[in-house]
Amino acid sequence: MSTLTALARAQARAGGEAQPLALVRHLHIAERPLVFIPLALAGEANAPLAAMIGDEADSPRLLVVNQPRNRDERFAFAAELARVVVPYLEGFATQAEDVASGGGETRPRFRYAPQVFMPSRASIGFARLLGRSTRFRRTDGEYAVDAAVPVLGRWLSFLAERAEHPGSCLLVAATEVLSLHWASGQSGLEDLNLAALMAWIEPPGGLTCLQAAAAAEDPLQWPPAGPATDPGFDNEVLAPLIDAYGRADGAAALQRAEAALARALSAQLLPTWGLMWRSIALLRALPAGGHVGKRWDEDRAAFTSYVSYLRDGDGLPQPRRDGAVAAARRLSWLERAQASYAAQRAFDDPLAMAEFRMSGEAFAGRVVAAEPDRLDTSGRRRTLRPRITVETTDPLTVETGTELRAVTRLTQRATIVSVEPGGPGEPIRVVIELAGGMGRSLVAEPGTVPETGEWLCYCSLPLGYQPVTDFPATNETPWTHGGPPVPALPADEDAVEDWS
Amino acid sequence: MSTSTGVTAATATATAAELAARAADEVIADLAARHRAVVVDSPPGAGKSTLVVRAARALAAAGGPVMVVAQTNEQVDDLTDRLARGDPALPVGRLSAQGYVPSARVARHLAVTVSASVAELADCAVVVATAAKWATLRAGTWSCAWAVVDEAYQMRSDMLLRIAGHFERALFVGDPGQLDPFSTIDIDRWAGLTWDPMQSAVEVLLRHNPETPVRRLPVSWRLSATAVPLVAEAFYPFQGFLAGTAPGERRLEFATRALGSRPRVTGALDEALGLAADSGWVLYELPPRHTVRTDTEAVWACASLAERLVQRGCMGYSEQTPAGAPVGAGRIAIGTAHRDQSKAIRAVLSGLGPALAGVTVDTANRLQGREFDVVIVLHPLSGRHDASAFHLEAGRLCVLTSRHRHACIVVARAGIPELLDAYPSTEPVHLNVPAKFPDGWEANQAVMAHLSEYKVRA
Repeated sequence: MSTLTALARAQARAGGEAQPLALVRHLHIAERPLVFIPLALAGEANAPLAAMIGDEADSPRLLVVNQPRNRDERFAFAAELARVVVPYLEGFATQAEDVASGGGETRPRFRYAPQVFMPSRASIGFARLLGRSTRFRRTDGEYAVDAAVPVLGRWLSFLAERAEHPGSCLLVAATEVLSLHWASGQSGLEDLNLAALMAWIEPPGGLTCLQAAAAAEDPLQWPPAGPATDPGFDNEVLAPLIDAYGRADGAAALQRAEAALARALSAQLLPTWGLMWRSIALLRALPAGGHVGKRWDEDRAAFTSYVSYLRDGDGLPQPRRDGAVAAARRLSWLERAQASYAAQRAFDDPLAMAEFRMSGEAFAGRVVAAEPDRLDTSGRRRTLRPRITVETTDPLTVETGTELRAVTRLTQRATIVSVEPGGPGEPIRVVIELAGGMGRSLVAEPGTVPETGEWLCYCSLPLGYQPVTDFPATNETPWTHGGPPVPALPADEDAVEDWS
Repeated sequence: MSTSTGVTAATATATAAELAARAADEVIADLAARHRAVVVDSPPGAGKSTLVVRAARALAAAGGPVMVVAQTNEQVDDLTDRLARGDPALPVGRLSAQGYVPSARVARHLAVTVSASVAELADCAVVVATAAKWATLRAGTWSCAWAVVDEAYQMRSDMLLRIAGHFERALFVGDPGQLDPFSTIDIDRWAGLTWDPMQSAVEVLLRHNPETPVRRLPVSWRLSATAVPLVAEAFYPFQGFLAGTAPGERRLEFATRALGSRPRVTGALDEALGLAADSGWVLYELPPRHTVRTDTEAVWACASLAERLVQRGCMGYSEQTPAGAPVGAGRIAIGTAHRDQSKAIRAVLSGLGPALAGVTVDTANRLQGREFDVVIVLHPLSGRHDASAFHLEAGRLCVLTSRHRHACIVVARAGIPELLDAYPSTEPVHLNVPAKFPDGWEANQAVMAHLSEYKVRA
């Protein structure tokens, strides 16, 4: 936890209400997101028990596995889930637009993309494992499953992999994005409880945040958001109902047992369902950050390319494991995404930038001197290289030669020429040389060079294009990493889990 | 443990030198035996760079260009300089990034060619560059029989993947006790895979080529006879290593007695310095308290110890300087876990006057591979209320406590052993991930147990 987050948490505790950690929204909120809340059966590895799912707040769909220990019922659940999820996802793969892909060429990209909201990282983990246990299933021969099941598996795997990607919001964990925007007055562990976190941000009518957060600890009032269920509910409600279902004799008794299970599970899920839609509404009310659209474009591109892979390619399921080259390449993508996500958040949001001003990677201050018409005559051609001096009281750690960008002047490159430390209590004076964004002539266009008195915030995080890292082709994997691998073709054994 | 044998000073030195020479000869013989890869583990200050230079020259003499891979530009410049000094006739290439300005120690050698393009270095017998630079070469623009990889435990597996196409065989040299490579991404997606891109280059190599011979350098020339027992026991519990110098061969003396401008504090400071001169280790213990990372008292303690050391005109006597050499600011380092701690200490030092401007203050990551006479360490767990994996990492403490030739002063809040007891390692254990010894918790306990005998209360 950073110092500023710790301060915000302390203030939230002292003041009795959540403190904002962001002034803008750092994720895209789709027009029609899908809320998906799964529950798992305790004591069974990733056995689905129930799910509440839907893209409209007032019409949740409840799916129940009456006997979660029965393998056939689990896959029937997966097929039913597929009939909700897959049409939702594929419904966005209709209208495409052409976007430039470099070299004067264009490629299609879908105008809209799906967005799935789940309560927490643990729920995403459940979806990931459900995807893994369904994507390799065969639709013919022994133990055949419904044709929709492996398709669901591929989609869930795609979404869960995308959720590892920093800044992506095709699949979102509500507690995670809420904690990104608000600091509560409780611990990080308690923030994993959606009800408790929401109690701090938007307490239900008549209660203070502290009262609401205390009430959220009562599992009868606020059942857990899943996938784990409340042990009290398991013992006192669920187990007798499943037993009754197992003993039910005759169609009417079976129907009664099913209805009782559905009622009980619906009561467990409905409070979370409400919280999920309230958190979406809360986030939607924030203004979007400047780079949110750009990241959503990348999400749409990822969605487009997976749709076209499923349609045109051989549509093989994602391999169980990444090969040596695939793993290295993915790590490189993730690290690049992480770096640019951090930079984009900082440039979009003064509160995020404050973290970097604290750590000395960014600084803000007033321009105290400017040479707007300075020319660099050292090269073959004279070039316009204005210099400005900024006075700051921020604890600066960036060194001479560092490249900077100003928050309000993103197209202009800036380089630190010198840093003059002030005495104790005196501001630091930073001399900065500017290049670009000033027009083509040797005289800067009006307003393109900061004037004396202007307040600016400069940051050293790289915002621009990062070159793609080269890796050898998979069939050229070197001997240090085991040599070229045997091409991974999905086999029946892939569907077998080590723990099943 | 081999370090505590009661041999006399003279024979200990002779034996150590012989052992070291034999180990290096064995490595060179392994290279001639046409193994696909050879790994050399080296404790701190055991002549790793000397071995890299010797191996590169031997391989170059056997024919064909040799590529030398280091991890930072600083290390590349060092190796280039050492290669050129060792054999002024050897054509050495320094492959660099666009816009690199050769440092003075590289530019002074006539036989060194500096270029950003590998094509211009075709005539060089040895070409040195950072791993990151080698990785930018397109496939087919460079190939050679042998690569020598320095600091191979600090290189990540995915970096090796990118450069492995450039060579057929390789010698990997590194210190397994130092900091592991890290990633900004925290996922366990690849845990247990033999090619996990987050592990070190040596780990991935050994997991795919288990027949690779692994040699060890047995003698540390940097660490003194007082330093080796702690470092070997805490961080190299199974391999162990010897000190190259005998007990008493190195000592510190002070030109002035204990007097100072702030008598109330200097008492404890002088006691610490005295103990450091006598025993090589000091635990400078502040009263227990939970603090923020930049604990003002601890920061001041580190800076004041450095100031006092310089004020008192410390002289170091060793096998290299039998007549004594001053331990000036340039020979003192202060090591921390976090950059903000370094920054806070630097700020205090700059306020204490120009005499301390030469003191190196940096994090463990940046002190890696460097050597000083006296090192002052702000203990990573000092003042903390929890012990995270970052702060427990054995490599971090190993780097901090193995940079010194004479003495190491550890500054810490009291209560670290209790903190360790309250926070045993809770890292998840993954299947198929080779266990690492020692783990950070155990190494920290061993260090604190040893240091408790050298405690000075502030």
